[in-house]
Amino acid sequence: MTMITLDGVEKYYGDYRALRGINLTIGEGEFFSLLGPSGCGKTTLLRTIAGFEDVTTGAVTIDGKTMTNVPANKRPTNMVFQSYAIFPHLNVAENVAFGLRRRRDLNKKAKNTLVEDALDMVGLDGFGDRAAHALSGGQRQRVALARALILKPKVLLLDEPLSALDKKLREQMQSELRRLQRQVGITFILVTHDQEEALIMSDRIAVMFEGQIAQLANPQTLYRRPINRKVGEFIGVMNTLPAQVKIAVGARVSVDVAGLGPVMLTPDQCPSGAKTGETHVGIRPETMAILFDGETSDGNIANGMIHELAYYGDMTYYDVKLDGIERPVTISMKNLVGRPVLERGQRTRVRWDERSLVLFKE
Amino acid sequence: MLRNSDSARGLTLISPPLLYAVLMLAGPLGMILMFSFVPQSDGPNTLITLQNYTEALGDPLYRQLIIRSLLISAAATAITVLLAFPIAYFISFYVPPKRKSLWLFLITIPFWTSYLIRIFLWKVILGLNGLLNTGLLKLGLINEPLEFILYNPAAVVITLAHAFAPFAILPIFVALEKIDRSLLEASQDLGESKVRTFFRVTLPLAVPGVVASVLIVFIPTVGDYVTPRLVGGSEGTMIANMIQVQFLRLDNRPMGATLSVITMICVTIISLLFVLANRRNMKART
Amino acid sequence: MNGLRIYALIYLVFLYAPIILLPIFAFNDGTVIAFPLQGVTTKWFSELMTVNALHDSVKNSLYVAVITAIFSTLLGICAARAQARYRFPAKKGIVGLIMLPLVLPEIIVAVSLLIVFLSLGFNIGLWTIILGHVLICTPFSIAILNSSFQNLDPSIEEAAQDLGETRFGTFLKITLPLVMPGIVSSLLIAFTISMDEFIIAFFLSGTEPTLPVYLWSQLRFPQRLPVVMALGTILVVLSILILILAEAMRRYGLRRSGMQDKGGFL
Repeated sequence: MTMITLDGVEKYYGDYRALRGINLTIGEGEFFSLLGPSGCGKTTLLRTIAGFEDVTTGAVTIDGKTMTNVPANKRPTNMVFQSYAIFPHLNVAENVAFGLRRRRDLNKKAKNTLVEDALDMVGLDGFGDRAAHALSGGQRQRVALARALILKPKVLLLDEPLSALDKKLREQMQSELRRLQRQVGITFILVTHDQEEALIMSDRIAVMFEGQIAQLANPQTLYRRPINRKVGEFIGVMNTLPAQVKIAVGARVSVDVAGLGPVMLTPDQCPSGAKTGETHVGIRPETMAILFDGETSDGNIANGMIHELAYYGDMTYYDVKLDGIERPVTISMKNLVGRPVLERGQRTRVRWDERSLVLFKE
Repeated sequence: MLRNSDSARGLTLISPPLLYAVLMLAGPLGMILMFSFVPQSDGPNTLITLQNYTEALGDPLYRQLIIRSLLISAAATAITVLLAFPIAYFISFYVPPKRKSLWLFLITIPFWTSYLIRIFLWKVILGLNGLLNTGLLKLGLINEPLEFILYNPAAVVITLAHAFAPFAILPIFVALEKIDRSLLEASQDLGESKVRTFFRVTLPLAVPGVVASVLIVFIPTVGDYVTPRLVGGSEGTMIANMIQVQFLRLDNRPMGATLSVITMICVTIISLLFVLANRRNMKART
Repeated sequence: MNGLRIYALIYLVFLYAPIILLPIFAFNDGTVIAFPLQGVTTKWFSELMTVNALHDSVKNSLYVAVITAIFSTLLGICAARAQARYRFPAKKGIVGLIMLPLVLPEIIVAVSLLIVFLSLGFNIGLWTIILGHVLICTPFSIAILNSSFQNLDPSIEEAAQDLGETRFGTFLKITLPLVMPGIVSSLLIAFTISMDEFIIAFFLSGTEPTLPVYLWSQLRFPQRLPVVMALGTILVVLSILILILAEAMRRYGLRRSGMQDKGGFL
């Protein structure tokens, strides 16, 4: 069931093209993320859905109704602002009850109950009388959530809601937002520049660069099969190695990868297709492994030298110079019991898996 | 689309004050300009003339008045700003943040009390039997009252320096407040003394504020009427007094208009030159 | 540091010197405004009560100041709002023109208005003073209101619309309450400026003098000076009270919007 359809949405600011031909459908009850670096148009896209920006061309449809010329206050969406936008002259309960004014069918008591329920839902029961400026960042965030959800919107829009919180609080709110979304069952659209946050929380993610959607996929596909080098490097750590596509044999593609040698790739490893010539392949750090003394493997082995390392406590990240290529690859290793931490300059063997390679177009 | 409606909304909203400024300011200023080309009652029998300008610039009386106004104003501005800078610096750097607005408040209060009475009281302070003379006499520092402190340009300068003090302090204060304090620490960390840091970092960064305060004092004081009239005597008369005489006493609107236009042109040119001279320092900030 | 502090205190004395003299002479039992003092009296204050011309000029000034305050604040709201919220062509030029009276010598404003009114055949009087005062007070109103409108997080207004309020409802329920302290201080400041303004009133007053114009006429008569001192004392006390009120409103506004206090007017 489709909740939101964006059809050929373009947005110009004067000559500047902020959104370029956005086509997108978002389902009912979906947790959807717009992910990209700052200035990529993700917030603009969110604001066109909310009704704060007109589209230059194209159409936004929400719940089957075209939203052209429908102002923000008449749309079935509500928004949690980046700054939370808590009304400073109203207390917590008045903030949460703000949008209920138009509900003439409810008497005062019913409204109060709704407010209490909403505060309860976000874990702020008993905070109703608190002044707006006496709230911490996390509490303001919760008030903003309660204020939006109390109106039972079809879609909740979240504009970088966690960026102002410190790491601990952010992680806590991430799981709480996820829980809330399941509880209320409506569509959430989250704007974020934090790829980890998008991966953790979303059903699907649209990665945006320069006003365009570069890739739209679920977190696993996005991580394992990024459509191009830019997406791959934006999400997590991605090693890229020069490669040469030799020939396409049936559905499979024969590629010569620098430092690793010849491999055969399946179609799902070539999300943007393949044609013969110079290109790159990507491989994630955790899909390779250092083979410590005495360890054996029947997989593919490459030889190299530890160039640099970073010890993280639970993990160690090794930059390994594979024989035959100049640029080191990053390999992450869990620091299991008994496993040594290698030193710079040590020779080592690296195990890698053909299935974890992804072929890029450029 | 929104952008257009955005600017449409902005223009609609700003149109009442704009319309008012056009009708009550731009229009009348244009009128003054027009009148400056109208012949005086004893002037040539033409529709327009340049005679007012040749007369205003040729007559030593007018010329002297204009030059004196500019000089008095420049002196008052220099003194006002020089006296104001340490105060702005003190409030910005040495007063604890919580007490800053109290200090600013203390400085602005005198500014909001009756201008006429304030100026008049300077006459009392500076006069023959005034506070200053009686005080100095009592202390035995002088034997006879000083006569040279009232009814002359110096009295006008002192009084203007007092009247425009807050105008000078506030812009400098704002500029100083904007200075990132870590810049000063960085300078000292890089080996500069506190004094050298002041001259190499603080002062250059405060230039926009100083320029603003110079302009905001200089421009209105050139046209001040009350101060020269009350404490200036005949030697401290300024151009505004002559403009008033032309309009209200002699009913000579063309000459009054001409003197007004010349005053405005002088002020504009001097201000622009001053801004241009400091442009390099202003630019560094943006 | 200590040197600066001493300088600052001396400077304050310089600033306050005339104002401190005012009550001294107002209560001085002598007809000459000079030292030495002659003893204490309140007769100058009681004399104030008997001067009809003074009462009329106060009424005129109040009339002018109240209307000026209202109109310049209304114009100020338009300009400050437009400036803080919207982008439009020629913004800098337009705002510059509106703010120009702030730096223009007042005598220029006064004579240019006089020339227009006389040429158009208007009778100069209180209304022409009001027209001039609105012109010079509007920039001050804008300066005060600017900070109120700029402190307003735009997403707060968007949030209200997002929660179902119309544009107008948002203005009434969110914007107005949040800028109200700014509006009140703009009213108070414009009122104070208009009450005290002399040059424009001097040129445009016709037969109805405002208080400063009346004061000016009295300064020529030495025997009237002690009464003027008494009047001045009252005016100073009143304007300080108004200022404290305006400042309190400003701070209240800051506190309410959870902003940090960054200094006084302008």
